[in-house]
Amino acid sequence: MDRRHRQGRAGDSIGSAPAVAIAGAAKTYPNGTRALCPVTFDVAAGEFVALLGPSGCGKTTLLRMAAGLIAPSEGSLRWWGRARPPFDDPQRKLAMVFQSPTLMPWARVDANARLPLDLAEVARPQADAAVSDALGVVGLADVAHRYPRELSGGMQMRVSIARALTVAPALLLMDEPFAALDEFTRHKLDDDLAALWRGRGLTVLFVTHSIQEAVYLATRVVVMAARPGRIVADVAIDTPQPRSAAFRGSAEFAALCARIGALASGSLR
Amino acid sequence: MTRERMLRIAAPLVVAAMLLGAWQAIVVAYDVPSYLVPSPSRIARAMVEDRALLAASLGVTTGIALTALALAIVAGVAVALLFAQSRLIEASLLPYAIVLQVTPIVAIAPLIIIWVHDTRLALVLCATVVAIFPIISNTSLGLRSVDPGLADLFRMSRASRWQTLVRLRVPSALPYFFAGLRVSSGLALIGAVVAEFVAGTGGQGAGLAYQILLAGIQLNVPRLFAALVLITLAGIVLYIVVSAIATRALAHWHESEVPPG
Repeated sequence: MDRRHRQGRAGDSIGSAPAVAIAGAAKTYPNGTRALCPVTFDVAAGEFVALLGPSGCGKTTLLRMAAGLIAPSEGSLRWWGRARPPFDDPQRKLAMVFQSPTLMPWARVDANARLPLDLAEVARPQADAAVSDALGVVGLADVAHRYPRELSGGMQMRVSIARALTVAPALLLMDEPFAALDEFTRHKLDDDLAALWRGRGLTVLFVTHSIQEAVYLATRVVVMAARPGRIVADVAIDTPQPRSAAFRGSAEFAALCARIGALASGSLR
Repeated sequence: MTRERMLRIAAPLVVAAMLLGAWQAIVVAYDVPSYLVPSPSRIARAMVEDRALLAASLGVTTGIALTALALAIVAGVAVALLFAQSRLIEASLLPYAIVLQVTPIVAIAPLIIIWVHDTRLALVLCATVVAIFPIISNTSLGLRSVDPGLADLFRMSRASRWQTLVRLRVPSALPYFFAGLRVSSGLALIGAVVAEFVAGTGGQGAGLAYQILLAGIQLNVPRLFAALVLITLAGIVLYIVVSAIATRALAHWHESEVPPG
């Protein structure tokens, strides 16, 4: 098998191994609830993969598996060819951005962004440099000393993204990060995220329930369906980067959205 | 000072002035004897005349209450931290904390007073028993009330138990702890007074409860009222101080203390 072959030569082939490879992973909770049927797909280094599906399709479960937060009840996951999430490998950090900003309300913005580095006991000057860089990238350098409650929802989400960026993640996992924001803010953050992904060579696995957002951002859209949670399609979006607001208004965009919408609702299966 | 704050301070004072005025007027108009209902001016006079006695007793009672509150904070937080270590520990010990809470202090105070020779220590222990439960229950609730997303983030960052406790659980528990502390501060004073009623200690170490008992027996009702007023004032001051500490600790981030507007 290809995967086993890679494992045997992990040392020299790690560059070509997918950032995360999901092989027949399924999740059944102890109470018998089947959250996810076996799914198989890879996220290659440098890809921006959108996991698209309705509520209850298991996309968050899948993302939490990719984060190493929960183990699959069947099947397996591999990160850069290895069977465990690379928590201790500074070159292959995982970072997650949650649905809500999940900031510590008692800590200032810079302390919030520094949290993963503080927990890893990174030296303070080095950590502060990474934090001011990350806050600069998300455009929040001037609110570093504010408290989260003084910021708007969109700004709080940017802090959350900055916090993920401080560890220079090789794989960025995002769980509907902009779902709670208004459309104007969401479009702005989508553009900023796309620029970050291109500029920093990130690999992103992005959960969303918005077809438009998935098509706009992703190089690949993995379409999921609910009850039971499963993958119904895996569609490459070949539109070249960078994409602009004009792409959102194009016929190509509308056609892609219609096609993926149809796949999602099952009429083309 | 804003208009609204002025109103919040002035309005209760106006009500107090009206009530005291009415009280004084009725007592004077109907010539009520002071051993039944003393007028406010008579109570004030008792407070001035007996100031040495009352001040000493106030010192004793507040001393006991504050010591008990400090003990309740230390022991209550320690128990809550113990509970937070595992569900098993909490499940095994929580029922006994509840037993402590539901048993009336007047029923166990005589036992404590028999067992503990030092009377002052016995009174402190009684007041601690009364004051400790809100701190235990609120703090352990707070230690468990952690944002699940932040808990995930700590797990993904491979945070140690200690890091999670110090950087996540303790700060999350602070608003809960202070809510418990406000309740406990009043309870510590009540506990100190009730325990002294049961113990009935007089002499040098007599607290306000003893002054009330004695004044009741002697039908010195103005002094009884004066002692009562001092207990109430001590409770209010304690509450204000605890609230101020909570505001100071939480004002910059927690909804409960963020000033409106």
